[in-house]
Amino acid sequence: MTLDLLPAGQSARIVSVDWSRLVDEEARRLRALGVDDGARVKVSHKGVFGGADPIALAVGRMTVALRRAHAAAMEVEIL
Amino acid sequence: MSKPRKIALVGNPNAGKSALFNALTGARQKIANYPGVTVERKSGRLVLPSGEPVEMTDLPGSYSLDPTSPDEAVTAKVIRGEFVGESAPDVLVVVLDASNLEQHLVFAQEIIALGKPTVVALNMVDLAERDGLVIDPMALEQALGIKVVPTVAVRRRGLTELAEAVAAAEMRHPGPGLTDLTMTERRVAAHAMADAAILSESKRHRLHARLDRVLLHPWMGPIILFAFLFVMFQAVFAWATPFADALEAGVALLTDGVKGIVPPSLARDLLTEGVLAGVGSVVVFLPQIVILFFFILVMEASGYMARAAFLMDRMMAGVGLSGRSFIPLLSSFACAIPGIMATRSITDPKDRLTTILIAPLMTCSARLPVYAVIIAAFIPQRSVGGGIGLQGLVLFALYVAGIVGAMAVALVLRRSVTKGAASGFIMELPKYQLPAAKDLLIGLWQRAWIFLRRAGTIIFMVTVVLWLLLNFPRAGRGENQVDVSIAGRIASGLSVVVEPIGFNRDMALALIPAMAAREVAVSSLATTYAVAATDDENAQAMALGDQLKAKWTLPMALAFLAWFVFAPQCMSTIAVTRRETNGWKWPLFMMGYLFGLAYIAAGATYWIAVEAGL
Repeated sequence: MTLDLLPAGQSARIVSVDWSRLVDEEARRLRALGVDDGARVKVSHKGVFGGADPIALAVGRMTVALRRAHAAAMEVEIL
Repeated sequence: MSKPRKIALVGNPNAGKSALFNALTGARQKIANYPGVTVERKSGRLVLPSGEPVEMTDLPGSYSLDPTSPDEAVTAKVIRGEFVGESAPDVLVVVLDASNLEQHLVFAQEIIALGKPTVVALNMVDLAERDGLVIDPMALEQALGIKVVPTVAVRRRGLTELAEAVAAAEMRHPGPGLTDLTMTERRVAAHAMADAAILSESKRHRLHARLDRVLLHPWMGPIILFAFLFVMFQAVFAWATPFADALEAGVALLTDGVKGIVPPSLARDLLTEGVLAGVGSVVVFLPQIVILFFFILVMEASGYMARAAFLMDRMMAGVGLSGRSFIPLLSSFACAIPGIMATRSITDPKDRLTTILIAPLMTCSARLPVYAVIIAAFIPQRSVGGGIGLQGLVLFALYVAGIVGAMAVALVLRRSVTKGAASGFIMELPKYQLPAAKDLLIGLWQRAWIFLRRAGTIIFMVTVVLWLLLNFPRAGRGENQVDVSIAGRIASGLSVVVEPIGFNRDMALALIPAMAAREVAVSSLATTYAVAATDDENAQAMALGDQLKAKWTLPMALAFLAWFVFAPQCMSTIAVTRRETNGWKWPLFMMGYLFGLAYIAAGATYWIAVEAGL
C-alpha cells in the first residue's frame, strides 16, 4: 500500500520510496524532515473541503505537510 | 583560544532561535541584508561574562548544510566561511528544540562535525516538560562531546550559562567517526542519542494535536481562517481610528504652533505645507500598519501561519502555486518587500518567481493611506446591515480585487512565462506556542521603525522636492500657482495619457512622486492642495478629504482607487525584485504588466461608473 491510501490515524512504517518520482529538491527536503525509508509515520490530517490534498504526516514528534503526489511514491506497511 | 569576536546562532527552523536571539541581545538589533542577496541578516550584541560585548548573528533556519533554498544556502556558506563579505563566526551556538531532539540532532551533528568551537542550547525545555518529556542534558553532552546548556528563552533561563559556555568554547578535533556520516547514519545516531537523553516520556495527549483537530479540520479549519482574516482587516480600521485621530490632531497642533512662532514667509510655507502636510499625512497611518503587523507576527510566532499555508494549499494549487506561497502573499498585505523576501523559502524556482511577480498585487499597508483618504471622502459612512459599514465593505472589495487579480495573473503566468511542472508542498507544521510579548514588541518596533524611517527619509525628501517644484517659478498676479509651476506643467503633459481613464491634472501630479512610494500620493495631494489654497483662507482650513470632494467626482475617485489596486508604484519593491531575480528582466516585466492592468482597471471603473450615473 502507498502512503496516500493510508487512512488517517493509522500508524505505518515507510518501507521504500521511489525517489525517481520526486524532484531532487523535494526529495532532499523530505529526507531532511525525516520522511525517509524506515520512518514511522501516521497520517494526522488529510485534505481541505473533502479533497485529499494536502496531507499532514506525523513523523516522530514532528508534523510535516506534503502532497498526495509525494505520498504516492512511498510504500508503507501498517504497524 | 583567542577571545571570540563573532557568534552565530544556527539551527532548524522552529527551534526557537529568534526568541533566544531576542533574549540574548535585547531590543537593540540591526536588520540588514547579506551582501548581494536579500536574505535578512539580523545581528545584535551579546555581553560575555567578562563584560565584553561581541557581535551575534541569527542565521536563517536550516535543515542541513546541503541547501534546498536560497535561505539555507546563506547559512551553509556563512558557517563554512565561504560567504564573500561576511567573516566566518568564531563560535557557533546550535539551537535544539528539546521536544524534537531526534529531528534536530541530525543537523546538529553535521555542524558539530565541522570542528568549530560550538555550544548547544537545548531550547524550550519548558515546552518539552509540558509535553511530558524529561531530558538529561548531561547524557546529550556526553553523546555530542560539547557543552549543552538547557535554555528557556522567554523566561531568560540558562542565558548566563550559555554566555559562559560561548566564552569557553574551543576548537575541537572531531573523531573520524563523526565527520563523514551520511544523512541516514546521522539519523540513526540522532535517534540513539535522543533515546539515551530522554529520561521519561508520558503518552500525554499533546495540546497541539488537539488544536490541530479543530484548526486543520477539513471544513471548520478554512472557515476559522477566513473568520480570523476578516477580523484582522476589520481591526486594522476599527482599532486604529483613535490613535490615528490623535496623531492627526498632533500634526495640526504642530502646524498651528509653527504658524504662531514663524512669521509668514516662503520658508514657513515649506515647513507647514511641504514637510508637515506631507510627512504628517503619512505618519498618521502608523497605527494601522502596527496593527496589521501585530496580527501577522502573532500568526507566525504561534505556529498558526504554517496551518494557514496548509489550509490554503488546495486553493493555491488551483492557480499552479502551493500553500508555501500563501505566507509571502499574506506578509505582502503588510508590505511587498518582506513578502518578496519571504519567497526565499519556496524551493521551486518557477513557483518562487510567480509568487514574486504577484506579491505587489496584495494590498500593502502603503496603499492604506490612499484608500483611507479617498474612501473617507467619497463613500458615505452608513451601514449596509448586519453591523457592516459601507466604507469597510468598499475597502474589503479593494482587497478582494487585488487577490482575485493576483490569482488570475498567477493562472496566466503558470501557463505562459513561468510554465513548468506543478510544484509540490512540503513544510514542517511547528508546535503551537503562546507568542511572547517581548518578541512581539521587538518585531513591532522594528516594523514601525522601518516605516518611520521611510517617512523621515524618502517621503520627506520627495515631499520637499515636490513642494519646490510646485512653488517655482512663482505665479504672477491672477495666475494659479499650481498651473505655472514646474510640477504643474509636467502633470499637464502626463494628464494627456491619463485623461482617457478619468484622471485630472492633480491626480496625474500625485502619481509622479508616488512612484517612490504609494503613500506619497496622499502627501502630494495634501501638498498640492495646500499650495493651491495659500491665498484662500477658507480653502486652507479645509481638510484634505473636503478638498478632494470639492474637486473630484465619484467616478474619478473610484478610478483612482482601481489604479492603486494594480499600479506598481513602489521603487523599493522594484529594487527588491531586481535583487531577488538577479536582473532587470523580471522587474521590468512586472512593471509593464501591472501598469497595463492599472490603466485598464482604472479606465473600466471610470467609464462604468459614469455610465451608471454615479
